[in-house]
Amino acid sequence: MTDHRLKRLGLGLAAPLLALLSAFLITSLVLLAAGDSVTGVWGQILSPPEARGLTNIVNAATVYYLSGVAVAIGFRMNLFNIGVDGQYRVASFAAAVVAGEAFLPGYLNTLLALMAAMAVGAVWAGIAGLLRVTRGVSEVISTIMLNAIATALVAYLLRKAAVDDPGSNITATKDVPEGSRIPGISVFPGSPNEVYGFVFVAIAVGIAYWVVINRTRFGFDLRATGLSQSAAVASGIDTKRMVFVSMLLSGAVAGLVGMPILLGQAFNYGSTFQSGLGFAGIAIALLGRNHPIGIALGALLFAYLDEQSNPLQILQNVSPDIVSITQGTIVLTVVIAYEVVRRYGVRLEQRQVALALESERSTSREGTSA
Amino acid sequence: MSSPSAAAASADATDVVVRLRGIGKTFPGVVANHDIDIDVARGTVHAVVGENGAGKSTLMKILYGVQKPDSGTIEIDGRRVSLSSPSDAIAAGVGMVFQHFMLADNFTVLENVVLGAEKLHGIGDGAREEIRRISTTYGLDIDPDVLVEDLGVGARQRVEILKVLYRGARIIILDEPTAVLVPQEVDELFENLRGLKSEGLAVIFISHKLDEVLSVADTVTVVRRGTTIDTVPAQSVTSRELAELMVGSELPSPTTESSTVTDVPVLQVRDLTLPAASGGRPLLSDIDLTIHRGEILGIAGVEGNGQAELVEAVMGMRPGATGSVELSGQDLARLSTRRRREAGIGYIPEDRHRHGLLLDAPLWENRVLGHQTREPNVRGPFVSRGGARADTERIVRDYDVRTPGIDVLARALSGGNQQKLIIGREMSGAPSLLIAAHPTRGVDVGAQSAIWDHIKDARREGLAVLLVSADLDELIGLSDTIQVILRGRLVGTFDPASVTPQQLGSAMTGAADDDTGASPA
Repeated sequence: MTDHRLKRLGLGLAAPLLALLSAFLITSLVLLAAGDSVTGVWGQILSPPEARGLTNIVNAATVYYLSGVAVAIGFRMNLFNIGVDGQYRVASFAAAVVAGEAFLPGYLNTLLALMAAMAVGAVWAGIAGLLRVTRGVSEVISTIMLNAIATALVAYLLRKAAVDDPGSNITATKDVPEGSRIPGISVFPGSPNEVYGFVFVAIAVGIAYWVVINRTRFGFDLRATGLSQSAAVASGIDTKRMVFVSMLLSGAVAGLVGMPILLGQAFNYGSTFQSGLGFAGIAIALLGRNHPIGIALGALLFAYLDEQSNPLQILQNVSPDIVSITQGTIVLTVVIAYEVVRRYGVRLEQRQVALALESERSTSREGTSA
Repeated sequence: MSSPSAAAASADATDVVVRLRGIGKTFPGVVANHDIDIDVARGTVHAVVGENGAGKSTLMKILYGVQKPDSGTIEIDGRRVSLSSPSDAIAAGVGMVFQHFMLADNFTVLENVVLGAEKLHGIGDGAREEIRRISTTYGLDIDPDVLVEDLGVGARQRVEILKVLYRGARIIILDEPTAVLVPQEVDELFENLRGLKSEGLAVIFISHKLDEVLSVADTVTVVRRGTTIDTVPAQSVTSRELAELMVGSELPSPTTESSTVTDVPVLQVRDLTLPAASGGRPLLSDIDLTIHRGEILGIAGVEGNGQAELVEAVMGMRPGATGSVELSGQDLARLSTRRRREAGIGYIPEDRHRHGLLLDAPLWENRVLGHQTREPNVRGPFVSRGGARADTERIVRDYDVRTPGIDVLARALSGGNQQKLIIGREMSGAPSLLIAAHPTRGVDVGAQSAIWDHIKDARREGLAVLLVSADLDELIGLSDTIQVILRGRLVGTFDPASVTPQQLGSAMTGAADDDTGASPA
C-alpha cells in the first residue's frame, strides 16, 4: 500500500502548488494592468530575507498557526468559526488583565493568564455553539455578530481597565510583570530581535491537534460528523454535543492566538493590539487543508509574504497591499485546486478498484465460471 | 415521423422504430455498456431486463439523450440520429418516464403537463382539450384540473405517461415502472401499456421483475454485464429461463430453511408512537411487536407509511417517540443510539450512503463507524488502528467484499460491496438484534444472494431480525412472520408460507378495510 500512500501524498501536494502558481499568475496580471513592474515586485518578494526578517516571519507564523488550527478544528466538523477574530481579542484582553494583576508569582501567573485566555475564548465561541445546538442559529452568522460585539466590549472594558500613561495617548492594560513574560530565543545569528518562546507552545498545540483528531475516539467522532452528519447520527454520535464541544475547543485555541504577542512582545493589551489575525487563520486553514503540517506551511507562507512586502512601498513604489491580493487569490485558487484534484483522485481510485477487480475476475474465471 | 427506411436490412425489420447497434459507454473505471444491439418494433412492448447494475439505466439514458455513447449508432424510424440532450430525444419522438416521478405536487395535472411544453398547445383550454383527448384515446383516466398531491401513486404514473405523450412521443421508455406500485396498480398499468401498443406506439419497459415482464412484453432483451445477451419472444420463454440468462449462473432464491424460531423474545415494542413534527396524523401509532430469538419479522408496506420511522425509533434516532422498546428485557427507551447499539443492535440502514458509510473515509475507518466504543476498534480513549485494520481485513475476507485493499475510500466500492462491508461490520460485536432496512436495494445479483445468506445465517445463529423491504418476494422468502404497516399502524399479520403478493398488496393499500387507495404520506 506504500505506492497508494505515495500517490495520495503526490495528489495532496499537487493542489497547493497548482494554487500558488495560479495566484502568482493572477497577481502578475493585476500588476501588469496597473502598470507596475512585475519583475521588480516579485524580485523583492522572492529575495532572501535577512536574519531580522526571518525572525519576524517565524513570529508572525507562530501567531497565524494558532489561528489556523483554531479554525481548522471547526472545519473538520463542517463548522465555520468565523469568530476566531473576536475570540482571540476578548481572550487576549482578559489574559492581559489577569497577567497584569499578577495574582500569582512568576510563571504561575503566566499559566493562569493562559488558562484565562483559553477559558474566555472557549466561552465566547461556546455562545455560538450553544445557539447552534439549541436554536439552530448558523454559527457563521452568530460568530460574525460576536466579532462585532467583541470589538465593542473590549473597547468599553479597556477604558475601565486601562492605566494612565502620562505623555502617551495609547490606552492599555497594566504591563505583565517581568517574571511572567515568556523570553525569546535567538535563532538567527545577527538578528536584533528574538523568536517568541511561545513557538514551542504552538508546536505542542499542533501535535495535540493531530493526536486528538487522528488517533482518539473523540477525534474519530468529530471527523465522522464532519464527513457525514447523517451517518454520524446513525452510528450513535451525539452530534449536538460534538458541535458544542468542538466550538469550545476551537475557541480555546483561538484564545491562545494573541498570547505570543502579549507575553513575548507587547506585554499589555492596548488599542494598538494586532487585529485581523482570525481572518488570516481561515485562509491559512483552507490552504493547509486542516492538516497540522499544512497549516504550518500556510502560516509560514503568509508570514513570508507579509514580511517581504513591507519594503515594496519604498523600493518599488508599489503598495504592499498587493500581497493581500496574492493571499486572497491563493485562498480562492486553493479551494478550486483541491476540488479538481479531489475529483481526479476519486476517479483514479475508482479506476484502480475496477482494474484490480477485473484482473481478479479474469484469473478466477479460469477456475470457476464467474 | 417518416416511414421506415428501406435500408433496414435485418429479416424481422418490417417495422423497426428504434435500432441500436454496437452501443458502448465507459465511465471512469467501469464499462457500463458495450456492444449493445437492440431492435424495437412499432406496436410492441419491448422489455429490457437485467440485474441491478447490468447497464439498463445507462442504456436508456443514452437513448433519452442524457448521456452520449462512446461508440455505436442509434437509428429512429430508420434515420440515424445523434441525441445529445433529452430535447433532441423528444424531438425524435422518444419520451421517458423515470422511476422517481418528476411532478410538482402543488400544481394541477394540467400545469404539470404543460410545464416546459407551453409552446405546443398553450397553457389554457387548448392544452386542457389535448390532455382530455390523450387521456381518452389511451384510457388513462386523468382529469387535467386535479392537484397532483391528491393523486395516488398509480395515477401520478399515468400523469407522467401523459406528459410524454403530450410532447408527441411515439417511443416511450418506462424505467422500472412497477417498483413503486402494489400488484393491483401494476395490473392497471399493464392495461394502459396494452392501450398504447394498440395505438401503434412502441413501449420500452425496463424491469428486473420477470413475471411482470412476461405478462406484458412481446419481446424481451436480456442485458448482462453491460451488453445484450439475447433477445427472445416473450411467449417462448419461462421466467426461470430468463432469470438464468440474466444471472448467467445458478439462480439464488430467498427461501428460508426450516424454522429456527424460539419462544424467547428479544425485541419487544409496546405502544410505540411517534408524533409528526408538524402535528396531524402521527408517523407511528401504537406499534406493538415482538421478535424472538431466531425469528425474522418482515415489515411490508408502501414506502412512506412509517417503515423508516419505525426503524429509526427503535434505533433511538427519533426524539419524541413514546412507548416502550425492550431488548432482551432491557428497557431501551431512555438510551441514546450509541447505548442501544452497545446493548446489541446491529443496523443495516435503508440509505447506506447517508446513514451507513463515510464515503470519503477508507474502509477500515468505516469499520470503526458505529462501533467506536468497542473492541477491537479502540484502546482506552484512542482508536486502535491495528485492531480496526485487522478486523476490517477479516470482514473483507469473510464477507467477500471485493476490494483491492482496506485503504481505498468507501466511495470507490460498488453498492453490493459497500453493503457487504456494512453487514460484516454490523454482525461483529455479537448483536442479538439485526435491523435490516432494504438490505438488497441497488445491489447486484451476486451480492443479493450473499446478503440473503448472511441474513439467514444471522437467524440460524439465534439473532432476532427486523427486516424492512419493498421487495415482497424477498419478504416472503426470508421472513418467519410478516406484518403490514399502513399510515403508521401495523394493520395485519401474515404467514409467509401461505400469503400471496396480492393479499399483501391489498393490506398495504388498505383495500381490505377501505377503498381510498394508498397515498404516500
